[in-house]
Amino acid sequence: MGKAYKYGQNVDTDVIIPARHLVTSDPAELAKHCMEDIDRDFASSVRPGDVIVAGANFGCGSSREHAPIAIKGAGVACVIAPSFARIFYRNSFNTGLPILESAEAAERIEAGDEVEVDFAAGAIRNVTKGETYHAEPFPPFITRLIESGGLAEYVKAGLGA
Amino acid sequence: MTQKILAAHAGVAEVKAGQFIEAAIDIALANDITGPPAIKEFRRMGAPAVFDRDKVALVPDHFTPNKDVKSAEQCKELREFARAQGISHYFEIGEMGIEHALLPEKGLVTAGDAVIGADSHTCTYGALGAFATGVGSTDLAAGMATGRAWFKVPPAIKFRLTGALSKWVSGKDVILAIIGMIGVDGALYKSMEFSGPGLAGLSMDDRFAMANMAIEAGAKNGIFAVDERTMAYIKEHPCESPSLRKEATVYEADADAEYEREIEVRLADVRPTVSFPHLPENTRSIGEVGDVRIDQAVIGSCTNGRIEDMRAAAAVLKGRKVAPGVRCIVFPATQRVYLDCVREGLAEIFIEAGAVISTPTCGPCLGGHMGILAAGERAVSTTNRNFVGRMGHVDSEVYLASPAVAAASAVAGRLAGPEDLGL
Repeated sequence: MGKAYKYGQNVDTDVIIPARHLVTSDPAELAKHCMEDIDRDFASSVRPGDVIVAGANFGCGSSREHAPIAIKGAGVACVIAPSFARIFYRNSFNTGLPILESAEAAERIEAGDEVEVDFAAGAIRNVTKGETYHAEPFPPFITRLIESGGLAEYVKAGLGA
Repeated sequence: MTQKILAAHAGVAEVKAGQFIEAAIDIALANDITGPPAIKEFRRMGAPAVFDRDKVALVPDHFTPNKDVKSAEQCKELREFARAQGISHYFEIGEMGIEHALLPEKGLVTAGDAVIGADSHTCTYGALGAFATGVGSTDLAAGMATGRAWFKVPPAIKFRLTGALSKWVSGKDVILAIIGMIGVDGALYKSMEFSGPGLAGLSMDDRFAMANMAIEAGAKNGIFAVDERTMAYIKEHPCESPSLRKEATVYEADADAEYEREIEVRLADVRPTVSFPHLPENTRSIGEVGDVRIDQAVIGSCTNGRIEDMRAAAAVLKGRKVAPGVRCIVFPATQRVYLDCVREGLAEIFIEAGAVISTPTCGPCLGGHMGILAAGERAVSTTNRNFVGRMGHVDSEVYLASPAVAAASAVAGRLAGPEDLGL
């Protein structure tokens, strides 16, 4: 269970991790600057298990994988939004950052709400409000990728390495 | 068109929107920022060597010439990997250009190719009738290891171009106007397909600028129908190494191809267009911009750093001066564009106008180096993103525009079009 951080629509990768910090791909280093251009307190206040809830088209902009790495490095358990920009969507699975698409959850959850996520059931529970929302199930191909432990492991198995 | 290219690369007769496929790729691209994490993942995958040393392109273009020690280390890692793997298409400073201007110029992408690049503006090559899309570093690592990538087949939106552009209006204005119309997620997960009778009047540099910004509408790719201009460009830009030259394959959309939506774009109606902070969709035509004073004008990038862009900027700056207090930074996208600027006398025009000319680099566009903004400063820029803090301080502002508008604004000291200078 964790606390929700709430942001608007079109949160772009430049605010998730500004390019001036792209001189490293170290998760801990990137996490220190995560979201700093729209929320200066995020990096210092976020706790492991917290969730980010945002509007549509989360992660738009650059292809930098540093964006989901920074969010994951900050300890965020899940990002919930009605939709994700497509490169960010791929990168999240590939780097092991859980994301869920739910317009209902994104609308109802408010900043500071305590949120619990059950990935197997695709259920998002808002403990503060006593509500439960449903997330869009992953397509079977994505589920296979997740089950193999991400793209690197999937490729590794394919290469017989 | 996209579906046909994907089907051919997946080795099947046809694919449908929404289907997950694995497809062969013709080029896998990375730069000095996305390359190092890709190399790390590549090693983790246990691949002994890249799938084909002639089909991987590594371009250190973002924080180069090295802006600091950490950037130098990232470039070194890319260089050493390229050397160890015997990568044919690694471009050192001196030969290096901004990747999305460089690859077409070097003949590394042709019509019908499927390309992935660990850079969101990889979609630029759609101007050549190729399927090209941006991915992250792990996807790129998988591409380097296996020569394949997974895709969810996108549905398409057809943009039917009609009529012709007015003077001082370019492909950049058209794509900004389209993004203003459909929004930054207007083509999310989709393919933007450009065709129609108006296509013939668009230069290749117009098309590169338009395909380049498909990502700014959320698209998976932007793709242009192939015509005589495309084939002429491909013919004029062969790969230097004859053994690596490849045949173009032209895919045409079927007459009954399914589109999720069809939008007519009347080119004559497009005016010089500016995107206001902090989203590319916040567009206004030049007549509606009001009095916006600027501190910096940036002319270049993977969107607008090609020779026609330089010519448009020079046509405005010729015999004029950059306004006092305004910094005008011109950065040709490749060494060849730079050399053409010198040979055509454009470099002299820029310098006499009081602009500076930078080596090819992505630096200013993403707030890396070579033109960072301080708090409260405003830039008009021919780049592709105007997000919060994109070019520097979180309290700075970026206004996206064409090279002609950026140059005119540099002279006026405020947002202005060439017509405001009496041109």
